[in-house]
Amino acid sequence: MRIKDHPILSSQPARTVTFTFEGRTLEGQEGEPIAAALHNAGIKVLRHSPRLNRPRGFFCAIGNCSSCLMVVNGRPNVRVCVTPLSQGMKIEYQEGKGNLDVED
Amino acid sequence: MLKTDVAIVGAGPAGLSAAIKAASFGADVIILERDKWLGGQLVKQTHSFFGSKNEYAGIRGIDIANIFADELEKMENVQIMLETPALGYYEDNILTAYSPQGKMLKIKPNTLIFATGAMEKMIPFENNDLPGIYGAGAVQTLMNVYGVVPGENVLMIGAGNIGLIVSYQLVQAGVDVAAIVEALPEIGGYWVHASKVRRMGIPILTNHSIIKALGKEQVQGAVVAQIDEKWQPVKETAREFQVDTICLSVGLSPLIELLWQSGCHIVYSKELGGYVPILNEDLETTVPGIYVAGDASGIEEATSAIIEGHLTGCAAAKKVGYEVPKEEFIKARKGLESLRAGPVSQHIRKGLSLIRR
Repeated sequence: MRIKDHPILSSQPARTVTFTFEGRTLEGQEGEPIAAALHNAGIKVLRHSPRLNRPRGFFCAIGNCSSCLMVVNGRPNVRVCVTPLSQGMKIEYQEGKGNLDVED
Repeated sequence: MLKTDVAIVGAGPAGLSAAIKAASFGADVIILERDKWLGGQLVKQTHSFFGSKNEYAGIRGIDIANIFADELEKMENVQIMLETPALGYYEDNILTAYSPQGKMLKIKPNTLIFATGAMEKMIPFENNDLPGIYGAGAVQTLMNVYGVVPGENVLMIGAGNIGLIVSYQLVQAGVDVAAIVEALPEIGGYWVHASKVRRMGIPILTNHSIIKALGKEQVQGAVVAQIDEKWQPVKETAREFQVDTICLSVGLSPLIELLWQSGCHIVYSKELGGYVPILNEDLETTVPGIYVAGDASGIEEATSAIIEGHLTGCAAAKKVGYEVPKEEFIKARKGLESLRAGPVSQHIRKGLSLIRR
């Protein structure tokens, strides 16, 4: 959910872009971290832990804790808390430690 | 390869004040910052700072970042490299970094200031990895930088300054704060912050701790209980809070990976938040020419980070041969001393007495 009225901060209008999350089309603001756009859409589970398959969410917001690794445009292990959103991005859950699409 | 008198890693309050100081004596400075903005964590501090006028008391953190940025813009001998994380520092005195264009950069600095800051701590309790549990700083970033709220109702763990301030900021953003839970018998933060949240009707439960988070895929509640002097839950005091967000404000740890990798002597200090470098009175590490300023040298706050920045900026400029008046060093050291004089800083004084050489 976005903040509408704030006593101190004023929001600068950013361009609205569309992206997909697990095939669903969603809207976000260009340049905000992917995790913020997902949060705004009510998506809090960002990955599952590789061994025990426990849900993980947004934790540190500074790219340090590895709780938010996702697949972005086919690339795994992207820290979505510090990666800016852009038009047409494809965001997906990651399987385990992630796979690179490498040709044999 | 880039050459410079002083390279600074981190553009928070410590790194920026170090850059301004070193450059003011004529040194060439390169600042490396992994984020795309200057100011580090200042950019989410919507509250006014305390302390003395010299260190921007009465000004909001977000505005202090802009003051630094404006000042640096006027300096021709400072080069700012945003979205450029430093990667390592090697025996041949080369600092490597990763450019936004995906290129590896090599920088050869005569002196190096690490102002890498800190990261949030975690505490153990059942289900502490559920989505909906955040570091307090992360919540601040999400709300105050990106304008998105973490949830509808929050349980705050920790009544230090960050816990109190972020609770207040959550309410400003329209989020309900159910309670602030503090394991110690007393509130750790300043009374001015504690009074503000109490006036808004938020209970502060001292001698209490979180026992577990409830929920399967994300937080749906939390169990809190009173704890005794051995930090064990007191029977029949457990109660449930209906919250969708748990915010942890249980301290910070210095980010010292690059210092470790550079071969600086590191020790553990409970008082200073974790592993910290051994430093001399100029904040120089055991590797000559490498300095540390701000939370990376031990957890304090932004005002001391600014003064430590000044001190290391002076020391680095002097080391490479620029003339720096003695009074500059005295002023910075005195400033730090007076900041740390109060009873709230007792642990800092103790921690520092163990690691200074």
